[in-house]
Amino acid sequence: MVQQSIGESVLRKEDQRFITGRGRYTDDINLRGQAYAAFVRAPMAHAHIRKIDVSAAMAAAEVISVLTGEQVAEDGLGALPCGWMVHSKDGSEMKQPAHPVLAATRVNYAGEPIAIVVANTLKAARNAAELVEIEYEEIDAVIDPRLARTSPAIHEDAPANTSYNWELGDKSATLAAIESAAHVTRISLVNNRLIPNAIEPRAAVADFNPGTDELTLYTTSQNPHLVRLIFSAFVQLAPEHKIRIIAPDVGGGFGSKIFVYSEETALSWASMKLGIPIKWTAERSESFLADAHGRDHVTEAALGLDAEGKFVGLHVSTIANVGAYLSTFASSVPTYLYGTLLAGQYKTPNIYVEVDAVFTNSAPVDAYRGAGRPEATFLLERIVETAARELNIDPVELRRRNFIQPADFPYQTPVALEYDIGDYEASLSRALEIADYAGFPARKQASIALGRKRGIGFSCYIEACGLAPSQVAGSLGAGVGLWESGEVRVNPTGNVTVLTGSHSHGQGHETTFAQLVASKFGISVDDVDVVHGDTGKMDFGMGTYGSRSLAVGGSALSSASDKVIAKGKKIAAHLMKGDADEIDFDDGEFRLRESNQSKTFQEIAFAAYVPHDYPLEELEPGLTEKAFYDPKNFTYPAGTHICEVEIDPETGIVDIVKFTAVDDFGTIINPMIVEGQVHGGIAQGIGQALLEQCRYDEAGQLQTGSYMDYCMPRADDLPSFDVDVTSTPCTHNPVGAKGCGEAGAIGSPPAVINAITDAIGIMDIEMPATSERVWQAIRQAEGR
Amino acid sequence: MYDFNYHRPHSVADAVKLFRQSDDAMYLAGGHTLIPSMKVRLRAPTDLIDLAAIPGLDGISEESGNLVIGAFTRHDAVATSEVVRRAIPALNILAGGIGDAQVRNRGTIGGSVANNDPAADYPAALLALNATVRTDRREISAAEFSTGMFETALEEDEMIQSIAFPLVEAATYVKFPNPASRYAMVGVFMVRQGGEVRVAITGAASGVFRCTDMETALAADFSASALENIKLDVHAMNDDMHASAEYRAHLCVVMAKQALSKFS
Repeated sequence: MVQQSIGESVLRKEDQRFITGRGRYTDDINLRGQAYAAFVRAPMAHAHIRKIDVSAAMAAAEVISVLTGEQVAEDGLGALPCGWMVHSKDGSEMKQPAHPVLAATRVNYAGEPIAIVVANTLKAARNAAELVEIEYEEIDAVIDPRLARTSPAIHEDAPANTSYNWELGDKSATLAAIESAAHVTRISLVNNRLIPNAIEPRAAVADFNPGTDELTLYTTSQNPHLVRLIFSAFVQLAPEHKIRIIAPDVGGGFGSKIFVYSEETALSWASMKLGIPIKWTAERSESFLADAHGRDHVTEAALGLDAEGKFVGLHVSTIANVGAYLSTFASSVPTYLYGTLLAGQYKTPNIYVEVDAVFTNSAPVDAYRGAGRPEATFLLERIVETAARELNIDPVELRRRNFIQPADFPYQTPVALEYDIGDYEASLSRALEIADYAGFPARKQASIALGRKRGIGFSCYIEACGLAPSQVAGSLGAGVGLWESGEVRVNPTGNVTVLTGSHSHGQGHETTFAQLVASKFGISVDDVDVVHGDTGKMDFGMGTYGSRSLAVGGSALSSASDKVIAKGKKIAAHLMKGDADEIDFDDGEFRLRESNQSKTFQEIAFAAYVPHDYPLEELEPGLTEKAFYDPKNFTYPAGTHICEVEIDPETGIVDIVKFTAVDDFGTIINPMIVEGQVHGGIAQGIGQALLEQCRYDEAGQLQTGSYMDYCMPRADDLPSFDVDVTSTPCTHNPVGAKGCGEAGAIGSPPAVINAITDAIGIMDIEMPATSERVWQAIRQAEGR
Repeated sequence: MYDFNYHRPHSVADAVKLFRQSDDAMYLAGGHTLIPSMKVRLRAPTDLIDLAAIPGLDGISEESGNLVIGAFTRHDAVATSEVVRRAIPALNILAGGIGDAQVRNRGTIGGSVANNDPAADYPAALLALNATVRTDRREISAAEFSTGMFETALEEDEMIQSIAFPLVEAATYVKFPNPASRYAMVGVFMVRQGGEVRVAITGAASGVFRCTDMETALAADFSASALENIKLDVHAMNDDMHASAEYRAHLCVVMAKQALSKFS
């Protein structure tokens, strides 16, 4: 028997189908009699809709129907909800202007869907979409979040274009601490707006069966059950038990496929209305316009330090751009996923953060890989670095002076979180060793001799993952529970089918979860298959985001596996004429203690389903167990990233010559998969730091609407990463895992910017640090 | 993409005839600009005349002091050609830096030259090398070929057959790619021939241009120090979200220095 246990880099089970072209993505699904949809989108960012005339489009060849917001209203559909209630400083609820399925009277961002055209062919649908005549009365647009509060209100029910002004922490204590500090470092920064760009664009096939009143939606979702819940409870499309959401193979999400969007909702409604299956696959240009964007913060911060360089207080004021509407989880990102992380790895006693969430005439902004935590980390690691330079203290030394020490855990931060465990010195010192910090001065001299500039930058990040203890989340405004479900079905022949409520869209769950369960039972990974992404197959689940799948979903599977073993012991005890508590289970064998008797896992499985010799009076047949796991706390992955750059002062081109990441993810099931996650995250972080910028012009037209203008990181932009791990297993989940999906994107941007500013000898440079920005900064620094 | 009529003629004469018979025809070579712009509905020709089946439009040869590259020759063929390497190796470098492998395996020199994108690479080579564009009806000198942004001296139905590049002593091409599109933000093609130096710059302005200041300075003193005091007119430079006019003007000099350093 081949046994692949926890900690082995088992090759990914799913890759066979992916690399041989046998994956089954949403666009691969074609149903008999399927029609196609195209969307009519707002050509400008802000306008009243005075008239919509669909007659020419309706009359066009092959067109089945053209539906608008007027029909949405007639059918009594609800608006798209935001699932997290945030309260303002004065206790009032956040302003949540209606987010319409189709805009009927007003458009608030360029690309907002106005009508859905359904036709027999895709081409006919697209051609007819151009025939929908709409009269607009244009309104001035506001794009810059700094101007939002003083611009005319986009939504009547959100004065000053503000959804909420939220705060966390003790304001007066923080201000007093900074007031009396020996040194105060102040920074202002922008966290640049990003467009997610999963390789597979959003797609959906809606199939309503008028015979059963059942709606099946195949869609690119990270959390199919949430789509079902929102469709039934909020949009009120159909009762929950009449909706089945299937998220088949999904080609990347990075957060952008968490949310319930207009297009998939309108498509489902149109299928119900017309009684036919309809398909929509986004063009890449639609993804740029209408997928939820990420980041987009403007922040001022002050860090007070005492004479010994200990942090005494941190004060943060942020304006967060939420776009034209509050998307599904938009309100939680710049608040509970941001402000709560501002302690970082440090024992700062006083922290206060206030966030104004503002509406602008841009696409909605929501969670994007890291979601709030990259923004917190960027701010903190930039201000710590700046303080070190102002005080002329080695940036490593300043961090060390302020680290929370291993003996301090559990550590209660001043911003709500209680860290269970960590060892920040361990990851820092390992990273310093790999990065050869000691050799840096010599390398810098060598670069200078060649007329180049060299710099080194650090980032000691922490994140809160494993979303989330439901009661804590609920008390903070979450509209849902954040546990996960898992089911372990042992088949009569002893192989296993695992069902999980989390969803894999590139993360490798089919391998990691199989390894987890296989190692529990002492069987081969090949004998465990993982099923996910279909509300018709598994229990309710909460999906995948926030690096939660292994910590929460894996814990559910661990618990379910334990239940299988417990039942197996009872069966084994019966068969071997012993007592259940005299049975040991190890390495796939149930053994009766102090005897030479044993039964294999497969024998017990068979006995459970063929219960001829079985304690039927006490035990039900079958060997299937399920568990719902609600985490006791967040998990706290942490680590150190070190970036070393060399800059050509003539062009401003930044060459990342070395990038080191040492992460503490707790227990690791599959090191290869974890390393892949770290690589991808760092690539995205470097993309944010050097290349990516979503730009609208002043009128609200998206200027970066294709890869000609929006710069994604490519392999030749990136160095070979040096990646290692340290480990302090999570104390409160049975797997010991903390989560690894977002760390790379969280830790890397400040390391890159700290390295660039170190090389040039300046305090700040805006992201993305393009070659022109770097060149200008060098000229300025040299007084040219 | 809108509907269009597709034609696949087997001779140049038939292609031109089809062009004239159509409402709004376009010749299709590699299609790497045309097809994407049709897909996003920015272009809507009624007829596409695919040149792929016309024999003799591709190929690379050296004839009477010229390197002649057929219009339908793919970028990859130019990038890897031994004939090019012996004649004008700078064109191997230039073609090998266009787009990515997929683009180079489809895109053609004729398509690129006819499209005359202000950020394309080939126009710099044509201008600096004093190339001749041979069409189905005449020869056009590079100096007369480019008439503006995406504009050329080609008549509506005129088809490029080949480009003839006169052999030179030494030439090189250096570009600063736009990080997103990888088109030239600034591309400098430099030629040294006898006592003459020719410098053509693409990507920086509304169209490819010769930088006579650099040429004069380098003709007198073929060294980096000759470029020290060259300042390009910032007002003539493109200014957009990818690079300011000031940065582009600066990069022209930096790229020229890099080009210079490649001459042995």
